[in-house]
Amino acid sequence: MSKYMMHILVCGGTGCLSSQSGEIVEGLKKAIEDIGMQNQVQVVKTGCFGFCEKGPIVKILPDNTFYVQVKPEDVEEIVSEHIVKGRKVERLLYENPESKTPISDSKHMNFYKKQMRVALRNCGFINPENIEEYIARDGYGALAKVLTLSQMEVIEEVKKSGLRGRGGGGFPTGLKWEFAYKNVADQKYVVCNADEGDPGAFMDRSILEGDPHSIVEAMAICGYAIGATKGLVYIRAEYPLAVKRLECAIAAAREYGLLGEHILGTAFSFDIEIRFGAGAFVCGEETALIHSMEGKRGEPTTKPPFPAASGYWAKPTNVNNVETFANIPVIFLKGAEWFSKIGTEKSKGTKVFALAGKINNVGLIEVPMGTTLREVIYDIGGGIKGGKQFKAVQTGGPSGGCLTEKDLDTPIDFDNLLAKGSMMGSGGMIVMDEDDCMPAVAKFYLEFTAEESCGKCTPCRVGTKRLLEILEKIVSGRGTPKDLDTLKELSEVIKDTALCGLGQTASNPVLSTLKVFEEEYIAHVRDHKCPAKQCSALLQYRITEKCVGCTACSRVCPVGAISGTVKKQHTIDISKCIKCGACESKCRFNAIVKE
Amino acid sequence: MACEGCRNQVTQALYAELEAFIDALPEKKGALISVLHKAQSLFGYLPKEVQVFVGEKLGVPVSQVYGVVSFYSFFTMVPKGKYPISVCLGTACYVRGADKVLEAFKKELGIEVGQTTPDGKFSLDALRCVGACGLAPVAMIGDKVYGRISSEEEVKKILREYE
Ligand SMILES: Cc1cc2nc3c(=O)[nH]c(=O)nc-3n(C[C@H](O)[C@H](O)[C@H](O)COP(=O)(O)O)c2cc1C
Ligand code: SF4
Ligand code: FES
Repeated sequence: MSKYMMHILVCGGTGCLSSQSGEIVEGLKKAIEDIGMQNQVQVVKTGCFGFCEKGPIVKILPDNTFYVQVKPEDVEEIVSEHIVKGRKVERLLYENPESKTPISDSKHMNFYKKQMRVALRNCGFINPENIEEYIARDGYGALAKVLTLSQMEVIEEVKKSGLRGRGGGGFPTGLKWEFAYKNVADQKYVVCNADEGDPGAFMDRSILEGDPHSIVEAMAICGYAIGATKGLVYIRAEYPLAVKRLECAIAAAREYGLLGEHILGTAFSFDIEIRFGAGAFVCGEETALIHSMEGKRGEPTTKPPFPAASGYWAKPTNVNNVETFANIPVIFLKGAEWFSKIGTEKSKGTKVFALAGKINNVGLIEVPMGTTLREVIYDIGGGIKGGKQFKAVQTGGPSGGCLTEKDLDTPIDFDNLLAKGSMMGSGGMIVMDEDDCMPAVAKFYLEFTAEESCGKCTPCRVGTKRLLEILEKIVSGRGTPKDLDTLKELSEVIKDTALCGLGQTASNPVLSTLKVFEEEYIAHVRDHKCPAKQCSALLQYRITEKCVGCTACSRVCPVGAISGTVKKQHTIDISKCIKCGACESKCRFNAIVKE
Repeated sequence: MACEGCRNQVTQALYAELEAFIDALPEKKGALISVLHKAQSLFGYLPKEVQVFVGEKLGVPVSQVYGVVSFYSFFTMVPKGKYPISVCLGTACYVRGADKVLEAFKKELGIEVGQTTPDGKFSLDALRCVGACGLAPVAMIGDKVYGRISSEEEVKKILREYE
C-alpha cells in the first residue's frame, strides 16, 4: 500500500453500499483522476468499519480523518478541499456526541477506543477483492509457517491459545481439531459454517465481506492439521456480496498457488468449494448443515456420532464458525501465548458483536473477552437512543436470554453469560429500552423458532407452537395467571426432550424473561396491562384535559365511540373503541393518550 | 404478452440451460440443492414440472425433490412478482418497528405475506436479517436495500419508484 501518499477508504459493506457508497467510490476515483493524482491517492472499497449507524463512512489515511454519512454529492468537496488543499471538510467529520465538537482523528472516537481488532483486523483496511493487500498485511504468512510444523504441533498451538468456538457452543477449537486428526480415513473435510442464522447478527457476513482471505487461509491451515484436502464453505444464499468476495478470494488464492496441488511447493494439497444454504435456521446446526450439503433436507441427527468421527458423506469432518477461523492466522503470526493473554481465564481472545436495537451506535464491534456490558453499551455503543431508559440487552439470539441493569458490570465471557441465564451465542446483541415489552419480545423469538423448527421431533415441533400460543394469549390480554405456570413447565419439558440445540434452547427467551421480568408478565395476566405500553390490545385510549372540543376525533372515529359537545372535552366509550388509533393521529392538540 | 408458441420456446431454452448445467456437474451425488438454486434462478420459481425434470435428470425420486423444495424457505413453488419485496423481520428491525413497515406494505399492496399482486408486479415476503441492521428497519425490493423506513408515507414513496 506504501507507494501511495494517501488512501481514501470507503466502506463497501452491505449497509453502506445500500446507502450509495458504491457511487461514492466511483465518484472519488473519477475526481482523483480528473486532477491527475491517481498515482498518489488510492481509493479503496473496503469491508465494514463497524460504525454502521453513521454510514456511509469515508476514512482518509494517513491522518485518520473519519467522514460520516457521506453522500455522492460530497465527493467533490472532499477532493478539492481535503485532498488538494489539505483542509478537512468539517461538516462531514464525526461529532463527539456530548461536546458536539468534530473529532478529526478516528483514534479519539469512543467507539474505537475500547475495541481490540483481532478477527476484524483487516476489515475496513484492505480491499477484500485484492489478494496482494491481504498478503501485504502478513496474509498467508501463517499458512507458510504452519507448513513447516508437524500436524500435532499445529494442533498443540491452537490448543495452547485457548481459542473456543465462536459459533455459539464455545467448544475448544484445538481439541476439536485433534479429534478429527485422530480419526483415520481416506478422506476428511474442513467445513466453514457461514450460515449465520441469528436474526439481527451480521458478524460472519462482515468478516467474509471484509476479509475473505483470512477464512481461506485458516481453512487451509485446518486442512493441513487434520489431514483433509477438501474444504467447504456453507453460506447463506441471502449473502450475495459475501459469496462474491469469497469466490473472488478462492480464485485468487488458486492463482497464487495458495490453494490447489502442492501448496507453496510442499506435499500438501487443499481446495475449497462453496455450498449454498437455502434459508433454514436449523441448518446452522452442524449435523443439519452436513445433511444440507449432501443435498438433503436439513434435519439434525443425534450426536454422537460427532462430525469429527462421521460427518460429510460419513467421513471425519471438522466444522468451525467463520469468526473462529478468522482468529486462526493471527494465532500463528503472533503466537498462542500472545493470544492467550487476551481475555479472561477461560475465554481467551476477543469477541465480535453485532450491536443493534435501541442504541446510538449500531454497528459491528470487537472487544476483549471480559469487557463489561456497561463498557459495550455506554462507552462503545454511545448509550440508549433518544435518552430513554435502558431495560435489557438480549444476547444469544433465539437461544439466549436477557441481561438487565444489574448485570451491566459483569465481564462478558462464555461462562458468565451462561451463569446469568443467557449465553454468548454467535454475537448478536440487541439493546432494548423502556418501550419494549418483554412478553412481546419472548413472543417474537418463539415465532421465529416455531417457524424454523424442522419438525423432526415432537417436543420442539408441537411444544414451540404451544408456547407461542400461550404468549399470544398473554400479549392480547386473554392470559391468566395459570398460563405462567404452564409456560414454565412446558419450557422445561422442551428443554429436556428436544433432539437438537434449536429445540433445547428455544424456551430460553421465555424462561429468561419470565425470571427477570416476572412483574411484567403478571401485569399482563392479572391486571391486563402492558407496562411498556406496547401491546395494543391492552391499551386504552383516553382524552385528556388538553382537549379543546374541536370534534375532529369524533368525526374520524369509524365506530362512533367518541362523544362530546363542541368546545368541551370529549370522551371515548371504551366498550365501543376498536383501538385503531385514528383519533390519536387526527388530534392536533396531543390530547389523546394511550395507556 | 408473448404468444403460446414463443413462450414455449422460451421455456424450452430454460430447460436446455438447466440440462446443460446438470450435465456439466462433476458429481451428481448431493447436487440437488445446487441444481434447485440454478433452476429457481432460471425459472423464477420451482413449479411441479421443473421438480419432475430435476428428479429425472438426477435420478432422485420426485418425492425427495419436493421434500427438499418444501423444507427450505428460499425455494418457492409460486412465481414471485416482477419486483419481489422482502421486509426484514430480524430482531434489530423488530425492535425498531419492522412490524409496522410490514403492515404498511400489506395495506398498500392489498396482499398478505407470501402472495403476489394480481398484476404480477409485486410479491411480499418476510425475511430474517439482511445484514444491514444499522439501517433498521429494512426492506428489500429485488437487490435494492431500503433502510430507516420510518413511516407509512415512506413505504408509499418507495412503491412509487416502481410505478
Ligand atoms: C439451531 C442451531 C443453529 C446454529 N447456527 C449456527 C450458525 O448460524 N453459525 C455457526 O457458526 N454455528 C451455528 N450453530 C453451532 C454449530 O452447530 C456448531 O457448533 C458450530 O458451527 C461449530 O463451530 P465453532 O466450534 O467454531 O463454534 C448452531 C447450532 C444450533 C443448535
Ligand atoms: S429440536 Fe426442533 S429443530 Fe431440532 S430436530 Fe427437533 S424439531 Fe428439528
Ligand atoms: S435485523 Fe433487519 S437487517 Fe438485520
